[in-house]
Parts: sequence; structure tokens; C-alpha cells
Amino acid sequence: MANLYLWILLAVLYAPIAIILIFSFTEAKVLGSWSGFSTELYSSLFRGDAGSSLNQAIFNTVVIALVAASVSTVLGSIAAIGIYNMKRGQRRVVSFVNSIPMINPDIITGISIFLLFVFLGIGRGLGTVICAHIAFCTPYVVLSVMPRLMKMNPSIYEAALDLGATPFMALQKVLIPELRPGMLSGFMLALTLSIDDFAVTLFTKGSGGVDTLSTFIYADARKGGLTPELRPLFAIIFIVILLLLIIRNYRASKTSHQV
Amino acid sequence: MGNRPTWAIPYIIFMAIFVVAPLFLVAYYSFVDDQGFTLRYFQKFFLQPDSVNTFIYSIGIALITTMVCILIGYPAAYFMANSKYGTPKVMAMLFILPMWINVLLRTLATVALFDFINIPLGEGALVFGMVYNFLPFMIYPIYNTLQKMDHSLVEAGYDLGASPRRVFTDIVLPLSMPGVYSGIVMVFMPTISTFAVAELLTMNNVKLFGTVIQENINAGLLNYGSALSLIMLLIIGFTSFLGDE
Repeated sequence: MANLYLWILLAVLYAPIAIILIFSFTEAKVLGSWSGFSTELYSSLFRGDAGSSLNQAIFNTVVIALVAASVSTVLGSIAAIGIYNMKRGQRRVVSFVNSIPMINPDIITGISIFLLFVFLGIGRGLGTVICAHIAFCTPYVVLSVMPRLMKMNPSIYEAALDLGATPFMALQKVLIPELRPGMLSGFMLALTLSIDDFAVTLFTKGSGGVDTLSTFIYADARKGGLTPELRPLFAIIFIVILLLLIIRNYRASKTSHQV
Repeated sequence: MGNRPTWAIPYIIFMAIFVVAPLFLVAYYSFVDDQGFTLRYFQKFFLQPDSVNTFIYSIGIALITTMVCILIGYPAAYFMANSKYGTPKVMAMLFILPMWINVLLRTLATVALFDFINIPLGEGALVFGMVYNFLPFMIYPIYNTLQKMDHSLVEAGYDLGASPRRVFTDIVLPLSMPGVYSGIVMVFMPTISTFAVAELLTMNNVKLFGTVIQENINAGLLNYGSALSLIMLLIIGFTSFLGDE
């Protein structure tokens, strides 16, 4: 009974995704109409027939996500070490500021950063989108790295310094290896948040045609027709993520059995 | 070693520019225009029945969405936490997985689904779409608190002769309330601020507050858009304050 409820709920949750998957195998222009089985959309996606704007949007999404996630990871990890070593009062203030982008709705984050660029007279484009993404991704990196710092024995770093390591060596040999899992999960989180973002990108991209997948889909949907190649694209993304999660789960269960 | 707090300085400067200053600018643009300090944009909001109605309507939709999420999500979290099989982890993963598909594309697929089974697009579709998008945010915190709950309390309740119903209402439910509260905050806040999802789900027939803000900013009415944003910020601040209590 309990499991039945959960499975029905999951079936409803997955119905729209199933629609995308199923209709990625037909050529019909409109999502929801079936014109016979075909893998034409997949080949056309890989040939790049869907038009340069979709290819450009995919490219932009990847570039923005990689740059924003990398910068956020470095900035956030260094900041976490700093915040960790702060006095209580200072730490509370910085933690509060850190939580603002997480509580703030996307639309407010987007509009407020948009106002900043208007106020400073900065033209919007790829650079402004990346800055905005760094702003809402970094707090999550700080929060991912912080628990690792809390768990770490601070004397290891001191010991390295006492044994004659330069601060840079101690950072490289002691701190970074200790913090790596937190940095990695922060990076992954930042990557996902950046790829998924819609509202902040919409307000910071300007009218210069810098589109990401999200804003491309939005513009497409408003025009009335959704580019059919988006179906195979997201079918592939979904399957890849599903496989990654299954592999990770499988590995985690294997290691936990060994222990 | 003593100077390591300074490591946070680049981040603090960055956040001051890209998080704190922009929020002050929202307040600045709401109260100051070419002619100096003014309250005219708030007047405009309160004097236009249209915008006030949209505002109240959006809060109503967000409340309904949150309620539906609790009603559907609580049993789901409860069943997952009490699952006798070794599957709760897999289940939790399955509930999160759809979130990796772009929200707009999922919404468009929902629209296609509704077309398919001939459900008209409107308020019902809107609430369904919102619940669909934000349900995991409700299930997760409730599931977490239920899992961390001390099970000996439940057993003690049974040992002392309570019926399953009383064990639930007197022990499980009160102990899981922190999860419900954070679920409410996590569902209510994004629902009140969505714009594109509502637009796509109702073919722009139903306007939410977020859409109104976006339209004004897009039309270049920065001052009015900022004033509306500030009103939304107040609601968000109020909600997260209630969530903290």
C-alpha cells in the first residue's frame, strides 16, 4: 500500500519526462504528435542541423557553467578557510551575507544584479552572466567546504608549518587534499545550479543574443514552436545523469558493504 | 596563521559588489527617480487594483501549492522513512532526479501531457505544474526529520498502550514539524516568485506577481519594477523569518 502510493507518485512525476523521451523518437515538429518512429532528431542534433543558435546556446551554457563553477570553487574554498578562522561576530555577519543568494528568489537576484549593471553603465553580455552565476554559486561552495574544515584537525596544518613547509606547500599538501571532497561536491553543485539557472541569466544576458539553453527554450516557447532537437538533447542529458547516479549509488553500496 | 581570516576578503568584496550592493540598489530605485525621493511607485501599486489583485492571487496560488505539497509530500516522506525494504535511498534519488531536467522543458512537457489527455490549461494546470516542480523540496526535509527521529519514542508510545493513530498525532507528527516548516519555506518562496513556469502553463492567461515584475523591468520601468521587487523581498523576508522561529 505504502509502496503503491510512492510508485504512483513517481509515475506522475515522470510522466512529462517520459513524454520527452518518447517523442524524441519521432520527427513531428510539435511535442505530442507522433509521425512514426525515427531517430532523425538525434542525427540532426549531432549534425548541428538545428541551427546555429541552438548550438551556440549549448556552447554558452557549458562555458558559463564551467567558468562560473571553477571560479566559485576557488573563491568559495579560500573564503571558507577565512570564515572558519574568523571570530564569532564576524563569522555571523559573513554567514548571513552568504545565505542571502540562497534565500533570495532567482528573480530578485537577477533583477538586483541587472540594476547594478544599469547603475554602473556596464553593457550586458557573457561576462555579466558569468559574474552573476558566480555570485549565486559561491555560497553553496562555502557551505560544502565548511563541514570538511570543521572535521579537520587544525594541528595538521600547524605541524606542516612547524616542520618547515611554506604556507603554500602546506596548502597544497595538507589543506587541499583534506578539503577536496567538499570542493568537488561544491563544484558539482555550482555546475548544476549554473546549467539549471534561468531567471538570473535572463536578466543579466542583455539583448546581445547571449543565450543559454534555458533562455533559448524560453524564447522558443514564446515564439510558439519548440525546436524539436531539444527533445533528443534532454533525453540524452537525462539518461547520462541517470547512469551517473546509478553508478555512484552502486559504488557507494559496494564500499559500504566492504566496511 | 593569525592572518587567515583575511583569506575571506576577496569573497567579501565580491559579495559586497554582487549581492549586497544590488539589493540596496533595488531599494534605491524604488524610492528615488529622476526627480528625487518619491513614494509614487508604491502609490501606483496600491492604487491599481490590478496589481494588488495579482499580488494577492499569487500569494493564494503559492499557499494552495504549499498545502497540496504537504498533503501529497508528507505521506510520501513518511512511507519512505518507514520503508521496510532497503529502498528509501533509491526512492529519495528517484524523487530528485527529475529536477535535473531543465525546469522550462519539464513544464513544456507537462503542457504537452495536458494537451494529450485533454486537460484545459488554467489554474488547475498551474497548481499541478508548481506542485510537480517543488514537491521534492517538501518531501526531502520531512523525510530527513522523520529519519533522524528517535524511534524508541514511538516504541515507548506503543508500550504505554497508545493506538497507532495516537502515536502518529502525539509523537511522530509533532517531532516532524521542523521538517514541515522548512518544507513550507522551501516550497512557498520559489512558488511566489516564479514567472516563466506560470506563463507557459497557462498560455499567459494567468498572471502571477513574478510575471508582472518581469514585464515591468523588461519594459524599462525600472523604478516600478524595483518597487514591486522590494514588496516581494518583504514577503520573502517575512516567510524566512517565520521559518526560523
